[in-house]
Amino acid sequence: MELTRRNLMLLCAGSFGASVLGLPAFAAKIDDAMTAFTGGAPVGDGDLTLTAPEIAENGATVPIQISAPGALAIALFSDGNPEPKMAQFTFGPLNPTQFASTRVRLQQTQNVFALAKMADGSFVQATANVKVTIGGCGG
Amino acid sequence: MSQGKPRVRVPKSAAAGDTITIKTLINHKMESGQRHGGDGALVPRQIINRFLVTFNGETVMDVGMEPAISTNPFFEFEAMVPEAGEFHFQWFDDDGSVYEERKSIEIA
Repeated sequence: MELTRRNLMLLCAGSFGASVLGLPAFAAKIDDAMTAFTGGAPVGDGDLTLTAPEIAENGATVPIQISAPGALAIALFSDGNPEPKMAQFTFGPLNPTQFASTRVRLQQTQNVFALAKMADGSFVQATANVKVTIGGCGG
Repeated sequence: MSQGKPRVRVPKSAAAGDTITIKTLINHKMESGQRHGGDGALVPRQIINRFLVTFNGETVMDVGMEPAISTNPFFEFEAMVPEAGEFHFQWFDDDGSVYEERKSIEIA
């Protein structure tokens, strides 16, 4: 198929439709991934900071920072990527700050979730919305 | 592009019990397994799936990595240095190779 303006419009409309229709199924997928991390324990708010840019110009490298003093592990999830789980950080005894910074891929504008497992066994969550400007049909 | 060439920045010395910042970067294409190649077929996944940092055998950080981590994975984190010793960085590739780097640190 040649990439004419008409075809591009069709393609965008098609993928938009697919993403809307695909949402319920995807919501289940991210819930499953989060449950696999928490084991079904309730998730509250707490001392977890998730730093992400409000607008990412390039979805291929989006800087993400997480920090949760006293956490044993932090996992990152996304609700707009083909695979909801992005990474899991487990902190050892020589990590005093439970801080980490990395770069992730985001396929489209979406929410990024961080879940932290605290030392007392509880879970806390933080969310950030990231607008991706290059990621398909103009985001 | 050559793969698995790590670059790690660790201070040369620190005071005992100090918290230091470490930055790591490694060359890797992190092929996600979602992308189609020129022939229309899916390019098979090949990523670094685990990054482990230890100091004198004790864990500092252990990261499970998924395809959502960007090309040339970068990590910045902090570590406590109780004594002089050596940081050992390991990246585990899907194809079984392990890329390693060691950095020693002195107590000032």
